[in-house]
Amino acid sequence: MNGVDWAVLLITILGIAGYGIWGTRGQRSLRTFLHGSGETSWMVIGLSVMATQASAITFLSTPGQGYESGLGFVQNYFGAPFALIIISVVFLPIYRRLNVDTAYEFLGSRFDSKTRLLGAALFLLQRGLGAGITIYAPAIVLSTVMGWRLDLTIIGSGLVAIAYTVSGGSAAVNLTQKYQICVIFIGMITAFFVLVSKLPGDVGFSGALTVAGGLNKLEGVDFSFDVGKRYTFWSGVLGGLFLALSYFGTDQSQVQRYLSGASLRESRLGLMFNAVCKIPMQFFILLLGVMLFVFYQFEPPPIFFNQTSWNNAIATESGGQLQSLARQYESECASTKTAIIRWLALGHRNNSVVADAARAEAQAAYKQSQATRAEAKRALSTAMPRAFSNDADYVFVTFILGHLPHGLVGLLITVFLAATLSSKAAELNALGSTTTVDLYRHIVTRQATDAHYLKASRFFTAMWGLIAICFALFANMAENLIQAVNIVGSIFYGVVLGMFLVAFFLRWIGGTAVFYAAIVSQAMVLVFYFTIPISYLWYNVIGCALCVVLSACLQLGLGPIDREPTRGVKPT
Amino acid sequence: MAERVTDSENKATRLPVFRTWPAVYAFVVATFVLWVTLLAILARTFS
Repeated sequence: MNGVDWAVLLITILGIAGYGIWGTRGQRSLRTFLHGSGETSWMVIGLSVMATQASAITFLSTPGQGYESGLGFVQNYFGAPFALIIISVVFLPIYRRLNVDTAYEFLGSRFDSKTRLLGAALFLLQRGLGAGITIYAPAIVLSTVMGWRLDLTIIGSGLVAIAYTVSGGSAAVNLTQKYQICVIFIGMITAFFVLVSKLPGDVGFSGALTVAGGLNKLEGVDFSFDVGKRYTFWSGVLGGLFLALSYFGTDQSQVQRYLSGASLRESRLGLMFNAVCKIPMQFFILLLGVMLFVFYQFEPPPIFFNQTSWNNAIATESGGQLQSLARQYESECASTKTAIIRWLALGHRNNSVVADAARAEAQAAYKQSQATRAEAKRALSTAMPRAFSNDADYVFVTFILGHLPHGLVGLLITVFLAATLSSKAAELNALGSTTTVDLYRHIVTRQATDAHYLKASRFFTAMWGLIAICFALFANMAENLIQAVNIVGSIFYGVVLGMFLVAFFLRWIGGTAVFYAAIVSQAMVLVFYFTIPISYLWYNVIGCALCVVLSACLQLGLGPIDREPTRGVKPT
Repeated sequence: MAERVTDSENKATRLPVFRTWPAVYAFVVATFVLWVTLLAILARTFS
C-alpha cells in the first residue's frame, strides 16, 4: 500500500466513524440508545440488516469459497427468503406489539424469567464467540498479507467500533452502516469489473464462464439428497431456513436493526429488501471468486495463497520437497493454460467433437495440478503442524495486492475494514443491549433511572468490545473463516429458534417445559456435533426439532399450565 | 415509538405495484424461483 491507499483507507474509515459519533451526539434516553430515533426508513433498515450480516469475512472468504468450490455455497442462503417472510408475518408484529427492547424480553413475557435468561445467555455465549471471530478473521488475513501487526490490527479496528457504538448506540450503528455498505458495494463492483477486464482479450466474460463451467465451478444448485454433502438445495432450503429464521428472527443483533423502523411497514420492507437481495448478493461475491479462478488459469497462481506460511515452511527441513512441488505445480498450470486456450479456440470453430476432447484434456491437466496443490498442502501441514493448510481466505486479497492499481487497493482494504466495523458495531450494540435489559435491569437493578441504564448500556457495550478484542487476540482457527462463523451459529441457533417457535405457535406449553427441553436439546446438539459427520446446517433443524418435541413431551408429562400466558404490553 | 398494529397497516404496503403484503411475499418467492432457475440454467449452459 502506498500513500494514496492509506489516504483512501484512513479518510473513509475514520470519516464514517467520526460522522457516526457527530450525527448521534447528545443521546439522553435508553430507548433511543437501544432503538435509534424511531424514524428509520425501510431502505436504511434493509442496508443495516445486510451490513450486519455481511462482515469482512463475507468479502474476504466468500471469493475464496468461489475460487475453491464454485457457486455451490450460494445454496447456504436459499432458506433466507422464506425465513424473512415468516419473520415478517409472525415475529415482527408481535415484537412491535409487545414493544420489546430485546427478543429475549418476549420470552420472559410469554414464558417466565428463567427461560428469558436462558435465551439471553445462549445469545450472549454464541454472539460473544462470534464477535471475537468477526474481529479476528479479517485481522489475521490482513496482518499476514499486509505485514501489519496482528495485535494492533485487532485492537485498532476494535476500538474504532467501540468508540462510535458506545457514543451513539443503535442510531450510530444504522447511520454508519448505511455509508459502510455503500463503500463495500462500490469496492466489490469495481473489483469485479477490473478483474474481468484483466482476463485475456480473446477470453472475455463468456469465455470465462465456459472455462469455469467446464471445470465444474458453476454448479450452483445440487438437488441430490446426500446429507453428508455440505451444500445441497435441500440442506440450503431446509437447514438454511432454520439458520436464517434463527439468525434474523431471534438474534438481537438483527432484531435490533429492524425494530428501529419508524413503523411495521418500514421494518417489513427492510426485511423484504434482504429477502430479494440476499441470494443475488452472495451469488455475485461467489462469481467474483469464480472469475478469480479463471483469471488464475491464465496467470500463474502461487501454489499456496498464504505466502507467509509458505515461505516459513520453505525454511524448514521440508523446504526442498515443497520447492519441488511448487515447480511441478507451475509446470502443470502452464499445461492447463495451454490446454484451455486450445479448447476455447476449438470451441470458437464450432467443432464440438474436437472441442470436447480438448476440454477433457484441459480437465485432466487441471485435475493433475490440483492433486499437486493438495499434496503441497499436506506437506506444508507436516512441515508446520500449527500452520493452516486452508488458504482460500487469502485468494482475493492476494489478487488485490498483486494485480490492482493503487487507490483501488486502498479502497478494497477499506471494504474489508468497513465490513468489520459494520458487523462488529451491530454485535456490540446487541450484546450491550441484552446484557443491560435482560440481565442487569431484570436481575441486578430494577428501579434505577433511565440515565443510569443508559450509562450501564454504554458500559456493557464497551465491556463486550474489550472481551471480543481479548478473544481475537488469543484466537486460533483452522476452518475457512466464513464457515467457522456459520458452524458456531448453527450449534446454538437451532435450540434458540425452538424456544421462539414454541412461544409463537404452541401456546399450551409453559416456561418450565421449554426451559429444560432447551438445556437437554443444546447438550444433545453439542454431542451430535462431535460425533455425527453431517452438514452443519442440519444442526439448526435438529436443535430446533429437539427443543420443540421435548418441550411438548415434557409439558404433557407436567400437565396443563395453570395460567394464561402473559401478553404484557409495555406503556408507550 | 411503540405502536399498535392496525389492520390497515397489516394490509396496505403503500407500494405502487404490490399493494398487499401477500403480493409482496409472492414476489419474493417468485424471485427465489427465478434465481434457482437461472443458476440451474447457468450450470447447464456452460457445463
